[in-house]
This record gives sequence, structure tokens and C-alpha cells, in this order.
Amino acid sequence: MYNFEFARPETLADAITALAEDGAEPLAGGQTLIPSMKARLASPDTIVSLAGLPDMAQITSDSDRITIGAMATHNDVAQGAGAFPALAALAGQIGDPAVRSRGTIGGSIANNDPAACYPAAALGSNAVIITNTRRIEAQDFFLGMFETDLEEGELIISVEFPLPKRALYIKFPQPASRFAMTGVFVAEYGDNDIRVAVTGASDDGVFRWAEAEAALQASFAPEALDGLGFGDIDMVEDAHGNAAYREHLTIVMAQRAVAALS
Amino acid sequence: MAQVEMIVNGASVTADIEGRTLLSDFLRAELELTGTHIGCDTSQCGACLVHVNGKPVKSCTILAAEAAGAQVLTIEGMADVDGTLSDIQQAFQDYHGLQCGFCTPGMIMSAAALLSENPKPSETEIRHYFEGNFCRCTGYQNIIRAVQAASGQDVGAAAVEG
Repeated sequence: MYNFEFARPETLADAITALAEDGAEPLAGGQTLIPSMKARLASPDTIVSLAGLPDMAQITSDSDRITIGAMATHNDVAQGAGAFPALAALAGQIGDPAVRSRGTIGGSIANNDPAACYPAAALGSNAVIITNTRRIEAQDFFLGMFETDLEEGELIISVEFPLPKRALYIKFPQPASRFAMTGVFVAEYGDNDIRVAVTGASDDGVFRWAEAEAALQASFAPEALDGLGFGDIDMVEDAHGNAAYREHLTIVMAQRAVAALS
Repeated sequence: MAQVEMIVNGASVTADIEGRTLLSDFLRAELELTGTHIGCDTSQCGACLVHVNGKPVKSCTILAAEAAGAQVLTIEGMADVDGTLSDIQQAFQDYHGLQCGFCTPGMIMSAAALLSENPKPSETEIRHYFEGNFCRCTGYQNIIRAVQAASGQDVGAAAVEG
């Protein structure tokens, strides 16, 4: 790997100062960033490790929300997000056990991989992404493949999820990478406020599937999703499957989630 | 260059390293603990799996500097100092849980992590846990049997079909 400066600040204030420098990038769990740097897909001049900030891994909850520190690993969330069982289950299915020891929710959401699992839960819950400067609703945060509303030097501190009445995430993992070939997060908030967020299927990354939400509000049953369309969403066409395949898989994953929740 | 200090297999080590030094390279080149194998170097295969503060970690995908202050356990730390194999290592030998042996250090460290979390895993749980460890000899069946034996379970019950 190419060489870079390595900083390990001991306070959040020092981390923010270090990240304000040109060419500085935060390192959370490194499960995407380190492989990307080896492949020269990313080449920051300075790595600002967040490993010296254990307070950023805390998980707290009350009766209507759970707040997860950005440095909570997938394993931490799988074990510590009991207040939001669908989110804990989602975290426990990411990658493999060693990836879950290191990978973090903040890193995953900041990266916004179009096949990552967390963006589906964040968008489907309209979670609030809390940074060092502001609060961003998920619907304004995810802007497209690997793109978010984060500014240069802005750091995710925590993610606040409103607790649903019921929710479930079902994914079809790509067999080699374990990323979601398609993953669907279905949730009910308030009085019949149904959210369906889909990851892994679109060229533009995670999206809310409006047709499914309307259909499930009318009738919360798997059959309600039969043959539904996807409006102007561009589905992924790649070596693993064409757009029609992705559309079909999305319907099937959503139906499985609805069936399990019914 | 920066100085890092960590505990590796119970011994304190200190070294000056570059920021880019991966934990896998630090263990192998700096400490000459070459039991940790680098199979893919892309976080897929799990041959480089070690424990950091008791958690399974792919050592090719963590900077050594990130492990500063941590307790690291590698395959070299599994046997007793007199060479007596750990129960997991002995089970891999008894049940021929290896063919070429390249993936074995990672398999054994993964098995140790699994059994510390779940002392009596079912066959399904074992297979699921090992999804980040590849055996390119495809010797999975005996690896599963070895983990069952190491956890004191009936090996004969292992399903023939994968």
C-alpha cells in the first residue's frame, strides 16, 4: 500500500481539526476504506483514525428512539440494538463475523455503498444522521451511489432511529461478497405509515419504493406487491443479473418481509 | 514512523512502524510470526484471521497502528508453551480438518472465536460462522467435524451433504 500520514486523535475536537486538513479522511472500521486504499480506489494523504474515541461507539435508547454511535461495530449493533430488533438482525447479517468485529454503522452510512444494508434501514426509518455540525434526515442524506450530503471534513457522530411499530429487513446476499444483491426494509410507523426501502437494486443506491408503500397501506399482504412497477427507478444491470431480475428479486424480498410481519 | 505497543500472545511488543503497515505484515515481517497467512489480502479469505481484544479480525484489513494498546492473539498463541496443542488444534489433527493447511491458522482462530461466543454450536451455526473463511481445497466437511469434536459434540451427527 502507498504511504500516508496516520493520526489517532484522543478527542473529538482534535479529530475534527485533523479532518479539516486537505486530503484527510476518517478511518472508522476500515472494512471498505483499507481494501479501497490497497486498490488505489482511494488515496487520502492523511488517515485520521477514530479508534481513540470509544465514546463514539455508545448505544442508547428510550421509548421512541435508539441512538447509535457512529463507531458502533456491526457486532455491537447486533448485540446492543435490542430496542430495534430489525436493525439488530440486519447488523448481524452484514459480511462475516470478522467484518462485523470491525465495520461500523457510521462508516457504512458515510460510504453509502449502493449494496450496503444500513442505508435501507436508515432511509426506511427516516433516521437522523447527526454530524459534528448538524442533523440530517436520511431522506436528504443519501444522494446516489457512494454520494451523501456530507461536506468535506464533516463527521458522523451518531445515527438516531425512530422505533417502528414493526419492521423487518430481508436480503438476498450476493454469494461471494455477502453484500445485498437486493435487500428490502419494510417498516410500519404510526398509524399505517408503511415504509419500504430498497438497497442493492438501483444504480442510484438506496431508494423508497413508493408503489409498494401505497399498495401495502391499502392492503398489508404479500399479494399486494404482485406485479408492481418501479416508476422511474433505474435498476442495476450487471454480471449478477439484469434489471428485470432485480425487479423480481425486490418484489420477492419485500413479499417475504411482509409475510413474516403479517 | 510511529511507535506502537501491543500485547501479542501475552508478550508486550514495541516497534516503530509506518502508518500503512497492516497488522498482518506487522505480525509476519516485524515479529516473524508467520503462522498468520495472507491468502487474498482483500479481506475475503480469512487465512489471516487473528483475535484483537478477543474479537475475530482479518489482520490484512486493520492497520497495525489501529491495534495499538490491544491484546492480539495469533495461531502461535494457541498451543501451550511446551507445544501441547489446544483442544481445537488437536481436533483439527484428529479429524483431518485440513488438506494443504494454508487456511488452517485462520480456521482455528475462527473456531476459537466461535466457541468462545457459542460453546456448543449446531452444524448450521458452524457453517454460517465460517462464511468468511475459505478452504480452497474444499475441505469443509472435516473442518466442521473438527469444530464439533472440539466443542465436545457428536461428530458422527454431521450431515454428509453440505
